[in-house]
Amino acid sequence: MSENIVEATNVEKWFGNHQVLKNVSMTVKRGEVVVIVGPSGSGKTTFIRCVNHLEKIQKGRILVNGHLIGYRERNGQLIEDAERNIARQRRDIGMVFQRFNLFPHLTALGNIIEAPIQVRGVPKDEAIATAGALLARVGLAEKANSYPAQLSGGQQQRVAIARALAMKPILMLFDEATSALDPEMIGEVLEVMKELARDGMTMIAVTHEMGFAREVADRVIMMDDGKIVEDTPPDRFFTTPRSERSKAFLARILH
Amino acid sequence: MQFSWDIFTQHLFEPSSFFLHGLWLTLSISAISQSIGTALGVAGALGTQSRFRGVRIVVAFYIWLFRGTPLLVQIVFVYTALAAANIFRFQDMDLGFVVIPGNIQAGIFALSLNEGAYMTEIVRAGILSIDHGQTEAAKSLGMTYFKLMRRIILPQAARVIIPPLGNEFNAMLKNTTLLSVIGVPEMMQVTETQISATFRSFELLSVIALYYLTLTTLWGFAQRALDRRFGEAKGSRAQNESMVGRLRRLLMPSRDVLR
Repeated sequence: MSENIVEATNVEKWFGNHQVLKNVSMTVKRGEVVVIVGPSGSGKTTFIRCVNHLEKIQKGRILVNGHLIGYRERNGQLIEDAERNIARQRRDIGMVFQRFNLFPHLTALGNIIEAPIQVRGVPKDEAIATAGALLARVGLAEKANSYPAQLSGGQQQRVAIARALAMKPILMLFDEATSALDPEMIGEVLEVMKELARDGMTMIAVTHEMGFAREVADRVIMMDDGKIVEDTPPDRFFTTPRSERSKAFLARILH
Repeated sequence: MQFSWDIFTQHLFEPSSFFLHGLWLTLSISAISQSIGTALGVAGALGTQSRFRGVRIVVAFYIWLFRGTPLLVQIVFVYTALAAANIFRFQDMDLGFVVIPGNIQAGIFALSLNEGAYMTEIVRAGILSIDHGQTEAAKSLGMTYFKLMRRIILPQAARVIIPPLGNEFNAMLKNTTLLSVIGVPEMMQVTETQISATFRSFELLSVIALYYLTLTTLWGFAQRALDRRFGEAKGSRAQNESMVGRLRRLLMPSRDVLR
């Protein structure tokens, strides 16, 4: 059992000729809530997608719970790992997407029990019981048999969070979870995320919601142009940021 | 010769047992070949996405070959040419309760392979039409490629695939007539034999045309019912439709098949 749930070291990534991650290093301890902010194109979304290897990296390494993810060592070289190994590691990492990505052909309940049954081999009744509890936890117990098309954006995202939690992950990644929501619905999703944070989940959240960062984040990381320019607790970040970039960014968004 | 209504109605309403057997063959050969062809299509579509270049090359060649040559040529080639070159001869297969003649096997073989090439493109288009976010969500939950294909992508792709699949089966029903050239006693072959005996080509060809029109029209109804069931997004089914309205919808060709 590691103390560091995520350990990224000297991560570099290119999309073609464009370098999107430049020597990115950071650690996230168990139970920590880290919020990543920054202008678009800064690499923040790309970075968390590297954490569960939805994106490949060209240099550096990322360890999740002490294990290298996406790659393995052979004779000192890093070669891409087998799909089943990566899939096994992904079981313990939950991800919530900006556009929810619920499975439209399954009900809310169906979405939540799918992975536990298919991936972890959990018996159906147990999966349904867990799913029911999770739906209640996100405030959607009565929507168990609704299809995603029948749910609002905020409801869909809450189901998506429950779906990720059903796998009992040790780490939750949020990729701009509220950016595609109507303003009235952002609150309900943030509430779920805040409770998750208070319950001790290790989280990395890419977000523009500064209120969320101020309330529950342990650290705020600011990225700009592929580099980490700030990595401080929220009160310090919002009042006395160190770098010029952070100051300029804050000035623009806190209007 | 003057058109004989008697001969026309006799063959239309009292078909010979040979003709009825031919009808049975048309239906069963179509169903079997379409099923095999669709299975080949799914395998082929997954093959086009394979990370192994060899697999992709083999599938590309298969599609090129079977979409690039006429079906009639393929049918005759499989049955006659392969045997003539002593490469492979289709022998009658005795299954106990039925004997499947070599030419029917060859016919199904050729139809299936041909259909598989077309279905590969259709299935591939269906798979690619599914938002990539679905794959990412499934992967992030720990699903491996084949699992996410089977549980998440293919079920959704099926909705996109079913309309063109319906069109393919319509074509398959009619393509079985080509098997007449290798002696398979389906409806066209029986009709041609009758024509050479009676010289009543107009009446007899009118009859077979009507039979095919009936088959394809009936399939059209089934197709629209299938599109209705699978084409709609779940939870947004049209409510309270009258019987007349439903019948009208079934009879009119649908304007927007891909919803």
